[in-house]
Amino acid sequence: MIREYAGGIDVGSCTTKAVIVDGDREIVGSRVVYSATDFEAASKEAWEASLNEAGIDADRVTSVVSTGYGRRSVLFAGRNLTEISCHGRGCLYYFPGPITVVDIGGQDNKIIKLDADGHRVSFKMNRKCAAGTGAFLEEMALRLRLPLEKLDELARTADGEVSLGSYCTVFTATEVLEKIKAGNRVDRIVRGLFHSVVKRIVEMDTLTDTVVLTGGVIEHNPFLADLIRGYTDCAVKTPPHPQITGALGAALYALDDD
Amino acid sequence: MADKGKTDRKSIAAASQMKKLMADHFSALDNAKKDGARKVAWCTSVGPAELLHAMGFLVYYPENHGALLGATRMATDVIPLANSIGYSPDICSYLTADVGAYLKGVTPLTKSYGLESVPKADVLVYNTNQCRDVQDWFAFYAREWNVPLIGVHTHRNIKAVEDYHIADIVSQMKAMIPSLEEVSGNRFDIDRLREVVRLSKECTDLWRQVLECGAAKPAPLTFFDTTIHMAPAVVLRGLPEAVDYYKLLLAELKQRVDDKVAAIEGERHRLYWDGMPIWGKLRDLSQLFQSLRTNIVASTYCNSWIFDAFDADRPFESMARAYTELFIVRDESYKEAYMDKWIREFSVDGVIFHDAKTCPNNSNSRYCMPQRMSERLKVPTLVINGDLNDLRCYSEEQTKTNIEAFVEQLDENKQSSRMAAGGCRKREL
Repeated sequence: MIREYAGGIDVGSCTTKAVIVDGDREIVGSRVVYSATDFEAASKEAWEASLNEAGIDADRVTSVVSTGYGRRSVLFAGRNLTEISCHGRGCLYYFPGPITVVDIGGQDNKIIKLDADGHRVSFKMNRKCAAGTGAFLEEMALRLRLPLEKLDELARTADGEVSLGSYCTVFTATEVLEKIKAGNRVDRIVRGLFHSVVKRIVEMDTLTDTVVLTGGVIEHNPFLADLIRGYTDCAVKTPPHPQITGALGAALYALDDD
Repeated sequence: MADKGKTDRKSIAAASQMKKLMADHFSALDNAKKDGARKVAWCTSVGPAELLHAMGFLVYYPENHGALLGATRMATDVIPLANSIGYSPDICSYLTADVGAYLKGVTPLTKSYGLESVPKADVLVYNTNQCRDVQDWFAFYAREWNVPLIGVHTHRNIKAVEDYHIADIVSQMKAMIPSLEEVSGNRFDIDRLREVVRLSKECTDLWRQVLECGAAKPAPLTFFDTTIHMAPAVVLRGLPEAVDYYKLLLAELKQRVDDKVAAIEGERHRLYWDGMPIWGKLRDLSQLFQSLRTNIVASTYCNSWIFDAFDADRPFESMARAYTELFIVRDESYKEAYMDKWIREFSVDGVIFHDAKTCPNNSNSRYCMPQRMSERLKVPTLVINGDLNDLRCYSEEQTKTNIEAFVEQLDENKQSSRMAAGGCRKREL
């Protein structure tokens, strides 16, 4: 079969991402939508929008692989793979191994190590705790009555930082309220929250070789990359569109399918 | 990615006999409490059961009850009751589930075996070889029922088992005899003890052979079989019924090996499981591994009822050695050498460490062992977070994703090896 196009769908807890690649492995269409509660509907919406962007009909896509938390809800996918495999593959598209992939997702974080041949050596996910994930920042933005999209700018431009010691999201929220009551500036608190995310990540595993950051949290909060650089001597890189890296990896796997 | 379709592993015919044995065991305990003919001793799973049998007690194992509470998914509902009277959610969830069930007045033995309640102890006998929690667990009932609490305090985290360890444990066991004579009303008889130790040795030798069948390719049984079929080795060790049962089970498994019958059809990967089972998720996990055509062929947990040291000619010394040689009692260097041997002999492709939130003593991933093992054996490892009984500590989706991702890694490793062997070009990334 001539492989014209292949697709990847990454159904995350917050957003669903779709990517279409052509036979030359070029991205020809992509879309990010909110996952909400109906993963099947979200995957269809993202998929159709990607087809539109690519300007092709669905029957020209020879294979689709789904990934992410809702990977089993994508009924039009031929098979599914975990986001650990797909983020790794997506990152290798931009950066050769050996790399350490750090994926900061809506509800979980992952650190994936790939060797020089692109083979996975190890991976780790966060425990049953959302501290340090996108959900943590969402919760804090809510408590601080701040729009999510303002967080990165506030953290980046802050002229100092309020250190936060709590591990738990709920206790951090209490700690933040105490800091506000004590007269601390919100932008410095937000910088402290960003640091808290980074601390949760660097305690999961060592950062080695080239560090590649993926996921929606990095896409929308690129200042986190600057903070991570403070914890490692390794080069820290980000793909052009880190939020769709998992879907891209899935599409590349789909391209392997005959 | 999990295959769709058939997800039940091949059943073992001997299981029906095991169910009968377990029913008889609990019925005997229940009758003993009703007619008072024999006294009941509660014993920790690797406590001095041989001595208790020799003294004429019927022996009840609360850890078995803890596992039943987990497997029937009653545990997570009753644990908070124990938490509320002061037993922390961070301590052994066998303890908290058992105490919680007692406080609520429920037991899975009612539905399974028709018992109204757990059989009340006439004496509580522990061995701290596994953890301190067993002592505190039994102490609760000692206070509750005002019955004697006695035990063996084992040296922990030891590298080699030394003569002075053995001498100490022997003297502690002998010191129990007057109390046991008083409660049971029977005189201690060394010949009776020799006979019980002989039966325990025979049982454990057969159990070892059952587990060693897992080394066959394809493996004729899985971890999810052995966690169930270990029950007679746990609660009937020292009795002839256990010996007869394992002869029956072993014959069936040897036939499977001869016939190359796989417990998991199309076995692709072979794993080792370290740590406690997740009792409330045994069926789900069994089906997940089945769908991934991956078999857990060996485990530290089920091996814990292999006691090579039992020797009827030296009953006290050999009991002391058997209880102290146990994996959980030993230091990291011993544990690593032990696991390495099984991993090599069972052609294991990967190792899963279950980090059980409430069981630090049976969670071996906390001092960097997986990393050292991966480096040393070039075998991938995975740590999953969960618990033996408290499903509040378990994340269904995270566990599933971790396991599926691990199997994807094993798939990729095998594919790469095949391609390298065939001189194929590398995949374009």
